[in-house]
Amino acid sequence: MSLVRLDGVEKRFGDLHVLKGIDLKVEAGQVVAIIGKSGSGKSTLLGCINGLESHDDGRITVDGKVVSEDARSLRELRQTVGMVFQQFNLFPHLSAGRNVMLAPMVVHKAQGQASEALARDCLAKVGLAEKFDTYPDKLSGGQQQRVAIARTLAMQPKIILCDEITSALDPELVAEVLKVVKALADQGMTLIMVTHEMAFAREVADLLVFMHQGRVHEVGAPAVLFDAPQTPELCQFLGAVL
Amino acid sequence: MVQFTFWDILRNLLLAAQWTVLLSLIAFVGGAVVGLIVCVARISKNPGPRWAARIYIEVLQGTPLLMQLFLCFFGLSLIGLNVPPLAAAAIALTLYTSAFLGEIWRGCVEAISKGQWEASASLALTYPEQMRYVILPQALRIAVAPTVGFAVQVVKGTALASIIGFVELTKAGTMINNATFQSFLVYGLVALLYFALCFPLSLLSRRLERRLNVARAS
Repeated sequence: MSLVRLDGVEKRFGDLHVLKGIDLKVEAGQVVAIIGKSGSGKSTLLGCINGLESHDDGRITVDGKVVSEDARSLRELRQTVGMVFQQFNLFPHLSAGRNVMLAPMVVHKAQGQASEALARDCLAKVGLAEKFDTYPDKLSGGQQQRVAIARTLAMQPKIILCDEITSALDPELVAEVLKVVKALADQGMTLIMVTHEMAFAREVADLLVFMHQGRVHEVGAPAVLFDAPQTPELCQFLGAVL
Repeated sequence: MVQFTFWDILRNLLLAAQWTVLLSLIAFVGGAVVGLIVCVARISKNPGPRWAARIYIEVLQGTPLLMQLFLCFFGLSLIGLNVPPLAAAAIALTLYTSAFLGEIWRGCVEAISKGQWEASASLALTYPEQMRYVILPQALRIAVAPTVGFAVQVVKGTALASIIGFVELTKAGTMINNATFQSFLVYGLVALLYFALCFPLSLLSRRLERRLNVARAS
């Protein structure tokens, strides 16, 4: 059974039809890269998977459970699915370590010492063990994004959604974040990422999804899609970005 | 005829100023407590409390404080409740303050970026948990400067309590003036005493604002 499964998912914002029937299956341990022009519905699709966005039609199942809007099932869902954002969204009033500790303490009711050890462990995984007491405004963009990844890891999710996580970074900081993502992929984490890093998608992803005007326009192995795109839209998109 | 020295006048005004301070404190603390409830209702996802808070704020911000005082003092006595001037003034000023603080704080909560809500929601925090651990701690920091700034309005607002017969600074000034006929001296001193109460508050507000901006810029 697929870890994440979308059947005919539709989403409208008023008159705007953003997702027009999305079907997608993601197996445990798979790395899925979603590419496409801005406005093609990529980020909305991610938001639907962890319930940040409600969907109007169709069905989403994650780890065998149907995604719905009621508070209790959302809380359960979000312990299975973590998310990392383009703008990092660290909590500015908390140190890096406290950012990582917050959710385990509040949601899992972990004790202070246990969650501190967990936070140190997660920060070490992203190479920032020594930044435990540093506040976000004293960290570079790349470091902030790595803390955000550590914060997600602390909840021990089965799936991590990455929403253009390197798009807000200076070019020289992109590599350190991608290195962390690559390591997660190598350890078998299920990743669904919206990305503009084509080389990275080609190297790391098992499945490439090209979205166009609210639909999955082409899907397959990255090497196949990059080297032999079947549709004129993908040809044009790749021509513009590569 | 009794002669009043300068010190007689000043001493009596200072005594009355204590009541101004007390009334300001009651109004501010009471207003903060009620204001917090108003703020929470105002940003609630539930339309019922949201609209109730909206109407509450519009009514209290859209009517003169003097009328609110009259309603609390004369209105309540009309329905048989005999409220002393201090209580009437405290109730009216508390309501007035709560409407403004509620609205100021709502603005501060809404100033927190959507990303903070999304990130905390993605970490499986519930709405009350998001508020308590993520949104309010940040909103409170932004709120300090405008809240202290509004305290100045509360202090000056207490002057209106003189009209319903509560002897605070302004009322004492009027009474002393009626006995001494030294209007310029008496009201000059009254004004100076208000300034002495308010100026430190505006200074504090400005310093807090600057400190917050420095923290944000770094």
